[in-house]
Amino acid sequence: MSSLITKVRLKQISQCIESGKRLDERGLHDYRQIKIEQGVIEKAEGSARIYLGKTEVLVGVKVETGEPFPDTPNEGVQTVNAELVPLASPNFEPGPPDENSIELARIVDRGIRESHAIDTEKLCIEAGKKVFVVFVDVYVLNYDGNLIDASALAAMAALMNTKMPNYEVKDGELKTKQGFIKLPMKSHPITVTIGKINNQLIIDPQLEEEQVMDSRISIAVNEKGNICAVQKGGSGYFTPQQILEASKLAQGKAAELRKKLDW
Amino acid sequence: MNEKPVKLIDKKGVRLDGRKAVDLRPIKLQVGVLSNADGSAYIEHGKNKILAAAFGPREMHPKHLALADRMVLRCRYHMAPFSVQERKSPAPSRREVELSKVIRESLEPALFLELYPRTGVDVFVEVLQADGGTRCASITAAALAIADAGVPMRDLVVACAAGKVDDTIVLDLHDEEDKLGAADVPVAYMPSLDAITLLQMDGILTPVEFQKAVDMAMCGCKKIYEMQKEALKTKYMVVRDIKEKDEVEE
Amino acid sequence: MPTYFEKKQLVTPGELLAEGDYLPGENTYVEENKIYAQRIGLVDADNKRINMVALRAFYVPKVGDTVIGTITEVGFNGWTVDIKSPYNAMLRASDVLSRPFKPQNDELSTVLNTGDLIVAKIVSYDRAHDPQLTVGEPGLGKITRGQILNVMPTKIPRVIGRNGSMISMIKQETNCQIILGLNGMVLVTGKTVEDEERAINVIKKIEQESHISGLTDRITQLLKENKVNVEEP
Repeated sequence: MSSLITKVRLKQISQCIESGKRLDERGLHDYRQIKIEQGVIEKAEGSARIYLGKTEVLVGVKVETGEPFPDTPNEGVQTVNAELVPLASPNFEPGPPDENSIELARIVDRGIRESHAIDTEKLCIEAGKKVFVVFVDVYVLNYDGNLIDASALAAMAALMNTKMPNYEVKDGELKTKQGFIKLPMKSHPITVTIGKINNQLIIDPQLEEEQVMDSRISIAVNEKGNICAVQKGGSGYFTPQQILEASKLAQGKAAELRKKLDW
Repeated sequence: MNEKPVKLIDKKGVRLDGRKAVDLRPIKLQVGVLSNADGSAYIEHGKNKILAAAFGPREMHPKHLALADRMVLRCRYHMAPFSVQERKSPAPSRREVELSKVIRESLEPALFLELYPRTGVDVFVEVLQADGGTRCASITAAALAIADAGVPMRDLVVACAAGKVDDTIVLDLHDEEDKLGAADVPVAYMPSLDAITLLQMDGILTPVEFQKAVDMAMCGCKKIYEMQKEALKTKYMVVRDIKEKDEVEE
Repeated sequence: MPTYFEKKQLVTPGELLAEGDYLPGENTYVEENKIYAQRIGLVDADNKRINMVALRAFYVPKVGDTVIGTITEVGFNGWTVDIKSPYNAMLRASDVLSRPFKPQNDELSTVLNTGDLIVAKIVSYDRAHDPQLTVGEPGLGKITRGQILNVMPTKIPRVIGRNGSMISMIKQETNCQIILGLNGMVLVTGKTVEDEERAINVIKKIEQESHISGLTDRITQLLKENKVNVEEP
């Protein structure tokens, strides 16, 4: 991920943040502009494209039938995969998923799973044998920082947009009926990522900020304001005080976004 | 959601393995257990049995991965096929790839990476038996292996989890509590510098519970830190004690 | 301005050693006016400077150091030498051949081949460049006989002893020639294998017990005992 950044620029970023501002004039705790389009891929059961500043992520949802996990025989299955597509950045290379895309997928997955966003119990067709499998594929199209929040938002938007064929079960067989039903959902988590630069906490780091930041922490918050997933990343650390601050920031920001997006 | 028939904590506040909420599992640490590695450590944390080895700093292979201005730390967290109930394929799973990354990032803050540019340190963690909380035990052992290799460190890194089980915040979850509990919060910590280097969470916690879990995990870390220091010193103390006793007797 | 240790105390990385008006010596670092240990080792204060003798460390090249190394690669115009350090050392062909080097005529592997051991001196090294060696001084060059012993490099000063007293005692009592590479590789050459073994055992003991007081007495005793044992049969 180490695209070279000049020392001058580095200093500029630090000074900017020191004075309570960002390179693009927003405040330390402001998101870039967010735009979400839903239903952009007709062939997918659900889809959404997000623009978070210049970061662009497309998420497609496919719903298929498959076997449940042995320890949850009457629950549907959720799987999240993320692709850092080479067209999104000069530093992304084709090939099997690397640790960055795996971590991204697992953070998005955890946010959805731990908040019980998808009502998986309603996705059971025949206990222990057949359930619906929800494939969430995160496709990064343009990388300008904070893929975690962008991907998590896009994934939720795509799931909320997902329509699956109306069906009924007869003698263990799946029969499709007329029309579509919505994917059953129970919760709408929002993930907020906070970066640390020179001991200052900033929200929604853009690419250049990511390159100078010590560490980051991503916190998924549900509609009750409870925390349902956390992941620290980067080769720096946080003090316990900063963790407390970050969790408060995340709750506030998640509530604000929730209102704006009307989730 | 987690209303499972099993009660993980009884009315007296005693857990399945007889511990109270704030108790750690028994921990055994040993340093310098592998002769081929530059540094090594072994940890038994509850039923977890984990080996960690450190090599380097040494020339990076492949060479193009070396960085001109700093040392590179590489970590591999790997579970032995026989470490869990059902055989695990030895090929690295996505979970192992993610854990390798977060373990590396939990150790990096402890190292002076800028001291030895163009070199690399490799840390290999092998989970021989898993019983919940392997990532934390791995970090505790890996930090010892790095110290044993003589790599300069800001502090030892120590890790421990807290979580929520049957509506109670408890320390150091074992396998069953991890699987059936409501939340798990692994924390890695450098006690001397009061720095948190790993923090993850899954499950649902209120902000207050979350804070309590982080605090409790940090307390656990501090206890294990003392054992870590002891383990590192023991290797040298043994020789020293025997000698000094001899001298007194003479 | 307190300090938090006793003389020669065994400490681990991250332990707070002193606060305030002190200077960080070897194997320590400062953060916010506090001095901490970087490695496992023994602390000592030398006036205002907090020093640590590391018990575990590796060799970092220094210009002027004499080291012992193993040839690991014969290259186009020189050799790669493993000197038990984070960086491989280079030995240039022109340094060894002492005449202009012609790649088409000179087969370097006939001079030094992989697996050969050399005693060499470091002539240059910095953050951006691997260490360069020379063998063009008296006492340096290819090693043809003797035994090699690997010691934690931080222990070499203890093997040397104050003003070289320890090493000259060992040499004298075992009738061995000993070359100490500052990278922790030690070459012992004696008239018999038994002599060499005795010297090696003594050096190993110093490595293991250098952090315990009364080392010189114990080593003196060991050397005397061994001598008796050898002479008896």
